[in-house]
Amino acid sequence: MSTNVNRKPILFGKVVSQREISEDIYDLTLDISGYADLIQTIQPGQFASLYTDDSSMLLPRPISICDISKDEGLIRFVYRKVGGGTGLFSNLKPGDSLKMIAPLGNGYEVLDKINLKDKNCLAIGGGIGIPPMLLLSKVLSQAEANVTAVLGYRTDDLFLSEDFKPYAELLISTDDGKAGVKGTVIDAITASGVKADMIFACGPMPMLRGVKVYAEKESIEAYVSLEEHMACGIGACLGCICKTVEVDSHSHVKNARICKDGPVFNAKDIEI
Amino acid sequence: MNLSVDFLGVNMKNPITTASGTFGSGMEFNEYTDISKLGAVTTKGVAVEPWEGNCVPRVCETPSGMLNAIGLQNPGADVFIKRDLEFLKQFDTNIIVNICGHSEEEYLACIDKMNDTDADIFEINISCPNVKSGGIAFGTDPKMVEHITNIIKQRSKKPIIMKLSPNVTDIKVMAKAAEAGGADAISLINTITGMKIDIHKRSFALANKTGGLSGPAIRPVAVRMVYEASSAVSIPVLGMGGIRTAEDAIEMMMAGATMVAVGTANFNNPIVTSEIIDGIKRFMEEQGISDIKDIIGIV
Ligand SMILES: Cc1cc2nc3c(=O)[nH]c(=O)nc-3n(C[C@H](O)[C@H](O)[C@H](O)COP(=O)(O)OP(=O)(O)OC[C@H]3O[C@@H](n4cnc5c(N)ncnc54)[C@H](O)[C@@H]3O)c2cc1C
Ligand SMILES: Cc1cc2nc3c(=O)[nH]c(=O)nc-3n(C[C@H](O)[C@H](O)[C@H](O)COP(=O)(O)O)c2cc1C
Ligand code: FES
Repeated sequence: MSTNVNRKPILFGKVVSQREISEDIYDLTLDISGYADLIQTIQPGQFASLYTDDSSMLLPRPISICDISKDEGLIRFVYRKVGGGTGLFSNLKPGDSLKMIAPLGNGYEVLDKINLKDKNCLAIGGGIGIPPMLLLSKVLSQAEANVTAVLGYRTDDLFLSEDFKPYAELLISTDDGKAGVKGTVIDAITASGVKADMIFACGPMPMLRGVKVYAEKESIEAYVSLEEHMACGIGACLGCICKTVEVDSHSHVKNARICKDGPVFNAKDIEI
Repeated sequence: MNLSVDFLGVNMKNPITTASGTFGSGMEFNEYTDISKLGAVTTKGVAVEPWEGNCVPRVCETPSGMLNAIGLQNPGADVFIKRDLEFLKQFDTNIIVNICGHSEEEYLACIDKMNDTDADIFEINISCPNVKSGGIAFGTDPKMVEHITNIIKQRSKKPIIMKLSPNVTDIKVMAKAAEAGGADAISLINTITGMKIDIHKRSFALANKTGGLSGPAIRPVAVRMVYEASSAVSIPVLGMGGIRTAEDAIEMMMAGATMVAVGTANFNNPIVTSEIIDGIKRFMEEQGISDIKDIIGIV
């Protein structure tokens, strides 16, 4: 048992490029072509744990996988510089190496289980929850779903929105009304009258709550991606739980591990 | 070169185990590192019934460390025996089951359930800072420490390690109390109570307000306490607190630990336990140490 297990690797990605695409928003692409089998397994909604090279920052930083190129062996992250760890990542230059474990968690697994052809799908992203919606939109459009990306911004910087255009119709909302609909992503959806069979969402908690309420009202199946402070990132420490409606399968209380059982959950299964 | 140690009559292939609560029952970490390489796996605290634990945020980072207030979420003894012990049994390593409770009765009920399992040793957590009753309430009063050790020892069919809290004025008193109660060994240190405030949100970083500090930040405290405790008693010591490298583990053994547990460092590097074991071998080679036991308490 002990010797013939296929162990998961600790990855060392090589920086291919990094750009500041908006104020404090960085777009980082790494070469992980040495891990070809692993790249094939990556699903939208999964994340990576990135380690800093500062030994006083012990915990890995969870960052969603924004995009991958299976052919070229590339993985892309788009993140906001908010503190020490992301500050260090923002200094990475082409050729630098970044240590990580990935892919982690359960992404939008439902994609494998249903026929998406001609399904009307909303990919809703708010703020720094927008990046993982890109890989999702790509996969949905490859499965011939009709994708509408509903992207919520603070103002009209609209980072990453161009990247969605090959895969999705765009609906934009901004807090200040400088672009798209003034208000929330739900306001943008309502204003457009778009009809959906399925919803996928990632973003701040108030937005996710709004999505859950909207989906319940409209009887639409909704999958949401949650965030929590993490320590291990792999399901061992029980640091990152969310309340669930039913007893969870791991601890047999009503706490699912966001890093392992999530980060994507069916909205009806969780209490947010 | 001999890396093995005898710990409470159990042969450990090396002196390295995991610190309770940082490694689950090994299932997740085994995807990254071979848990058979370890001297023992110490499991997350388990109680007789499932515990829900605290609200989130439960963890936050601090300089060279972290605070946690998990609150001992666990699935209870029955699920643990069926699932976690069945899993661990498959591996060529020893099993130290960490046990928690809110009351004497709960500790004893859990011991009763674990007595006839494949667990090799029990580690009794009387030092968790993150639960309202039980835990640290038992671990900071020497009379309570002696009493609870005594009743658990009488009930247990396996050797017991009493896990001590560093949140006390004199660790020697606690170590002696555990020894007087009949403990087969002591382990230390559990986490040091701490607090972090998010100045932008003007509120606590953890929902529980306080949490237990762990990681390299606490290592010098741990080394001092392991030294003091091991000097005060004649039972063996399982040392922990901030161990991240082979050198750290060796330091802990020189301070008096027979075995060393690695905790928070697993979060920084999922294969750190394996690297520490290899590093100890290298150190022994370089220093011409033929038996690891020769360095225990050498200072
Ligand atoms: C599953 C998941 C996916 C994420 N995806 C992205 C993404 O694609 N892009 C992006 O910009 N951000 C993402 N985040 C948030 C990101 O993890 C934090 O912004 C980042 O960890 C901050 O690190 P720091 O060292 O710069 O900040 P600091 O505030 O200095 O970090 C201190 C500690 O708090 C933790 N922390 C701080 N903020 C958060 C947070 N919001 N969530 C979880 N832990 C936090 C850090 O990991 C670190 O341990 C994601 C979080 C999760 C849980
Ligand atoms: C997330 C986390 C959970 C823990 N859970 C437990 C536990 O269930 N029982 C216990 O006795 N100690 C628990 N501890 C304490 C550790 O076992 C250890 O005593 C402490 O963290 C110091 O070691 P370290 O610095 O190597 O982590 C926990 C520590 C952490 C960080
Ligand atoms: S971060 Fe450890 S269980 Fe999720």
